[in-house]
Amino acid sequence: MENNSKSIEDIRTIRRIMEESSRFLSLSGLSGVFAGGFAIAGALVAYFLVLKNGSIHYDEYFRSLSVKEITTIRWQLIADAVIVLSLAVLASLFLSIRKAKLAGKNFWTPVSKRLLINLLIPLLTGGLFIIILLVQNQPWLIVPGMLIFYGLALVGAGKFTYNEILYLGIIEIITGLLSALYPDLGLLFWIFGFGILHIIYGLVMYRKYES
Amino acid sequence: MKDLISNINKVFESRVRLGIMSVLMVNDTYDFNSLKETLSVTDGNLASHLKALEEKGMIRVNKQFIGRKPNTSYSATEAGIVDFQQHLKALENLIRTQ
Repeated sequence: MENNSKSIEDIRTIRRIMEESSRFLSLSGLSGVFAGGFAIAGALVAYFLVLKNGSIHYDEYFRSLSVKEITTIRWQLIADAVIVLSLAVLASLFLSIRKAKLAGKNFWTPVSKRLLINLLIPLLTGGLFIIILLVQNQPWLIVPGMLIFYGLALVGAGKFTYNEILYLGIIEIITGLLSALYPDLGLLFWIFGFGILHIIYGLVMYRKYES
Repeated sequence: MKDLISNINKVFESRVRLGIMSVLMVNDTYDFNSLKETLSVTDGNLASHLKALEEKGMIRVNKQFIGRKPNTSYSATEAGIVDFQQHLKALENLIRTQ
């Protein structure tokens, strides 16, 4: 009988170590909620301040503006997006490091490095692609490009953290493809993909693993 | 009964060795310091168990330099993987029959 409980304990240890050493589990669900909140705030800023309540249908709105106004608006939108991205990344880093510390675990492990590399390759590719779109003056593909490359990055990262990230990635890719079909509605797809999806994902993860 | 226990591998009896093998089953390579943190053991303790596993041919040692710092990483050998899987099976069988 003693043998039995030792075997059970052994198997439990093996399972725990296999999971902890191959998956980064300090990713906080709350970071999803924050990222989604920042994305929606950024979209509202874009809509009300930068586009001055202009129609969400970029094309019609832009056609009524001078070239100089369009250039200014574009730079403001880029700055807006960069701020949203920075805030979201900082919040998720902060929350994940905190979660690791509270659990007495290391944040910087071989797995988190692998996770980061797998995230960064598609993300940097996407970033460069978007810069090229801007330079080539093809702005309508920017939102679809962001969503698709982000989705691909998440799918790649899914192997190294919670499985649910994989599903989020697939939904982001689908959202991106759909938004390419409706280029006029970029802002709405952005709000859905980066805002609403993140918040739903974050709440689900938080309730499932952290509360 | 004898058959069941015969696959229980004495090499893996210690918790630390069990931990080392578990990490190397799911990671191609793992370095010394990360192993130490994952398993929360001391340098000396980990080193002696790694040595034992290496001598039994269960794991392979790769020494290299990253910049100027020496970096030692470990990976499971084919034999190590097979033996560990058999050990796991034996543990499961033991639980099921008792």
